Amino acid sequence: MTLKTFLLASSAAALSVGAAAAEDLTFVSWGGAYQASQLKAYAEPYMAANPGVNIIWDESSNEAVAKLRAMNEAGNVTWDLVDAEGPDSQRLCDEGLAMEVDFDAALAPAPDGAAASADFGDSLINSCFIPQIVFSTTFGYRSDVAAWNGKEPDSLCAIFDTETFPGKRSLEKRPKKNLEWALLCDGVAKEDLYTVLDSDDGLDRALAKLDTIKDDVIWWTAGAETPQRLADGEVVMGSTYNGRLFSVIVEQKQPVKMLWDWQVFDFDGWIVPAGLPEDRLNRVMDFLHFATDTQRLADQAKYISYGPARASSQPLVSTHADLGVEMAPHMPTNPANQKNYLVNNIEWWADNQDAMESRFQAWLAQ
Amino acid sequence: MSDITRNDGPTGPMLAADGTPLKRSLARSLRRQKLRALMLIAPLLVFVLVTFIAPIADMLFRSVENQIVSETLPETVLALRDWDAKAGSLPEEPVFAALAADLQAAVAAKTHTRLGSRLNYENSGISSLFRKSGRDVGKWDMTTDGPFREKFIEIDKGWGDIGVWQTIKTYSPRYTPGYFLNAVDLAKGVDGIEARAANERIYITLFLRTLWMSLTITASCLILGYPVAWLLANLRASSANVLMILVLLPFWTSLLVRTSAWKVLLQQQGVINDLLVWIGLVGDANRLVMINNQFGTILAMTHVLLPFMILPLYSVMKTIPPSYLRAAKSLGATDWTAFWRVYFPQSVPGIGAGSILVFIIAIGYYITPELVGGTKGVFISNRIAFHISSSLNWGLGAALGAILLVAVLLLYWAYDKIVGIDNVKLG
Amino acid sequence: MTENARTADAAFVEFAHVQKSYDGETLVVKDLNLDIGKGEFLTMLGPSGSGKTTCLMMLAGFETATHGEIRLGGRPINNIPPYKRGIGMVFQNYALFPHMTVAENLAFPLEVRHIGRTEREAKVARALDMVQMGAFGGRRPAQLSGGQQQRVALARALVFEPELVLMDEPLGALDKQLREHMQFEIKRIADNLGITVVYVTHDQTEALTMSDRVAVFDDGRIQQLAPPDVLYEEPENSFVAQFIGENNTLVGVVREINDGVALVELDDGELIDAKPVNVTRPGERTRVSIRPERVEFNKARLQPGAHTLKAEVLEFIYMGDIFRTRLRVAGNDDFIVKTRNAPDQRRMQPGEQIEIGWLPTDCRALDA
Repeated sequence: MTLKTFLLASSAAALSVGAAAAEDLTFVSWGGAYQASQLKAYAEPYMAANPGVNIIWDESSNEAVAKLRAMNEAGNVTWDLVDAEGPDSQRLCDEGLAMEVDFDAALAPAPDGAAASADFGDSLINSCFIPQIVFSTTFGYRSDVAAWNGKEPDSLCAIFDTETFPGKRSLEKRPKKNLEWALLCDGVAKEDLYTVLDSDDGLDRALAKLDTIKDDVIWWTAGAETPQRLADGEVVMGSTYNGRLFSVIVEQKQPVKMLWDWQVFDFDGWIVPAGLPEDRLNRVMDFLHFATDTQRLADQAKYISYGPARASSQPLVSTHADLGVEMAPHMPTNPANQKNYLVNNIEWWADNQDAMESRFQAWLAQ
Repeated sequence: MSDITRNDGPTGPMLAADGTPLKRSLARSLRRQKLRALMLIAPLLVFVLVTFIAPIADMLFRSVENQIVSETLPETVLALRDWDAKAGSLPEEPVFAALAADLQAAVAAKTHTRLGSRLNYENSGISSLFRKSGRDVGKWDMTTDGPFREKFIEIDKGWGDIGVWQTIKTYSPRYTPGYFLNAVDLAKGVDGIEARAANERIYITLFLRTLWMSLTITASCLILGYPVAWLLANLRASSANVLMILVLLPFWTSLLVRTSAWKVLLQQQGVINDLLVWIGLVGDANRLVMINNQFGTILAMTHVLLPFMILPLYSVMKTIPPSYLRAAKSLGATDWTAFWRVYFPQSVPGIGAGSILVFIIAIGYYITPELVGGTKGVFISNRIAFHISSSLNWGLGAALGAILLVAVLLLYWAYDKIVGIDNVKLG
Repeated sequence: MTENARTADAAFVEFAHVQKSYDGETLVVKDLNLDIGKGEFLTMLGPSGSGKTTCLMMLAGFETATHGEIRLGGRPINNIPPYKRGIGMVFQNYALFPHMTVAENLAFPLEVRHIGRTEREAKVARALDMVQMGAFGGRRPAQLSGGQQQRVALARALVFEPELVLMDEPLGALDKQLREHMQFEIKRIADNLGITVVYVTHDQTEALTMSDRVAVFDDGRIQQLAPPDVLYEEPENSFVAQFIGENNTLVGVVREINDGVALVELDDGELIDAKPVNVTRPGERTRVSIRPERVEFNKARLQPGAHTLKAEVLEFIYMGDIFRTRLRVAGNDDFIVKTRNAPDQRRMQPGEQIEIGWLPTDCRALDA
């Protein structure tokens, strides 16, 4: 704890030393393949069009909420733009750490003239969040498990069927999504999920369902773990982000297949830190206008298998820049992959995260 | 000396040659020296103050600080003073009017959602209650739109829930023991302190687990490290140097790399299991589970912390001359008696130093347990990290950290009482 | 008494053809043969690296002999671990256990022998009284002075009544006066108890004052094994002559040997008489050794016809009980003569030319 506070304080201090020069923009993202896709699709074209601007990347998105709060308390925000997942953006927005955005004024309209807010539609989950992509959490499974006698899972509920599909499963060490999946496989209808979870015994019911496979689960905290475990044969199926599975299956050609059933949609996008000075704010908004237009969002899908958040971008998704693979079938938003799906209920989770988390962790520790 | 004392006779204070009292004269001559010494340590002092004392003080403050409620809702908190939280009825209109006024100011300052997040830690649902209400309340006209009680309940029936009001009233003081109560699986309710439901209790379990696992890790570091330190202290210099490099080697490798290496070794499809299956010691269907549990955490952390045990042990053993063991043997002691009665007691300061070091590092560790601990091998620090970086409940994180700090200090005190802290030597 | 003890019994400690090598290339102890009698006080004397401490450690059991046999009371002990040998030992830095009191240190050897509490306490008290440390039983070693620690170490080595006690330079850390005092003390106690002592030192005065016999070590061998007086007066080779006491050396060639007297021609052509010790044939080079106190100025005291040498006085030092005169003799500028401060003794002046001589028996012709 002390170390953590110290690290926060000192990293804020260190960052303030290297405060952005006149034409520098500091972007915070996740690193890895995802950040690379943003570099190719947004940053490089933007810098080509604006030679005076230099974009600096900081790979701290997974700690962005805490760091931004520490910077905010220290009164010295050095980031210009932060890539955040939907729920994090909700927290940042509630905490007053992210700036509220007037979408129609700030973002480019669709090619057909439709206002940005209409084109982005449901992905505008709160007033601070500028969406880029739709990603989903879904399951991958090994296609070569001898003990399955040639059967392959075709429904989400295979994860609870340890008779037909024996072997270890990899699930995220968080209540979110696991609870919903457990209830779905316990016979709860999609539209009743949160009513059930809100009731006193709803959570017990979900945990009871998870209890049936508790001994077969290896829990993950980082998105890279499930693909690695699948590749090692350490688990036979597991949840992770669809882009990770894409690279295991298509790029690394491992004997792994994808199960789109009941994928959970999430959004990832930008937030602008609150309280930026005028000049920096203007530069950031100029970039945002450029980077979130219809073509640019569609371009990102050339580099990674996540779907663009704008409706008007969908038809423009083409092939993978290096592999030449048609990307549309690998998009979570592809109708073929969308027979059953959930959308991350950010509002409900914002309210219930803490209560669910403590129950879930207590259950895990039992 | 005799010159000085002769000047003033037997009764008066000692005087220096120039007649000033000797004490003052001495103090003056030492002042410059002290000042210079202070200047030398000033950078360290400032460093320690800024990087160590200040964060701890800040943490302690955060663990009780709760000004956000009374600052965001000053009128409401005042109006709620007269409301009887146990009576079972909703507050009256003046409280709602005060809330409307407070919320309007808060919406303008965009602080209402922040308060919602804060109170949501105590009562799920308050976050969206404030967020939702903020949109409408901002548009109200305070003079004409009253009465507000029904209007609030109209926006969200949450305002008609006595529990919400009880939470606001309970957490309206500027300082609260609430975080500390949460940290030990209690809760602050209307009727005072109450235990949490059994299926929500986690922190006591985690504290106890952290303690006993840290003790186990310390013990296994000691058992493994003692012979190594002994070898280091007694081998010829050239061989000892090679061994020392081996001991220090882990320090030159990233912690993440080392921990990931354990994954590769220990997992069910990992190197060790493959080997055991290959030599037929373990059936392919019964591969050992050695990771994502307490065993994995203890093993990996013992490896990570071993040098912290070996180095203090080594530096103490280095100072024990071999002639003590020889003397003991010449006096008729067997190898074991000589070791146990003569060598071991003299290495106790090193054991103390190494154990304290390893234990204190272990108790606050979170990276390794996070990666290899599974569900039963995680520490309290993993929860602290979660509250700091994910749930943003810094107050609870701070309270957990403060309890950990007190636990360490208590153990340190106990150690001092039992073994004596001056009996600890780092070299 | 000790003389009798030594000769009466068969050897108590025996080294038979003992060799020791640490690295397999060089021998630090080369074919050691040594018998030590029961009750004898034997000192191993030699420069550092001469092998004396290694011999002691082999006897104690902390080093193993590479070759040969060590026997104690007739029994080979090569394979007996140190704790079963029952040998007391006093270490160079005492090796008192710092975490135990003086009394606990002394009780330790008794405890490991399972001696009952009452008897233990009596023995500890007796041993402490023996070294006049009776009042210090409750102290820790760190609270004692060097001399006191020394006494405690001695008492601890004796408290379990071993028949053989080894001492490894036990007085090395003490100042001169205390050292001299302790020499007598140790000797007295050893004689009183009738124990056998093997004592290692590089201090020849210590060796001469305390020992029944002294083994002079050099280069892994015993150069001479003899009682102190024999050692001093009749060194058998030039190393021993040089190492024991002060000594004047003149180098030359043996011209003839007659009737136990060798005629030696020094390098500057002068002739002197000497007693041939380990020279046998004329023509051999030799080192002639004369003790400073055996040089004679007074011709009248010399045998008739004895050879004399011319000498020039370079320096005269008044030392209280004796005079020390430095001369140039046969090209050697460091020729020392010691004379007693007697009323009739002349004090020589630098620059004076004199003649010196000696009895042929005091002048030993040794190996070159």
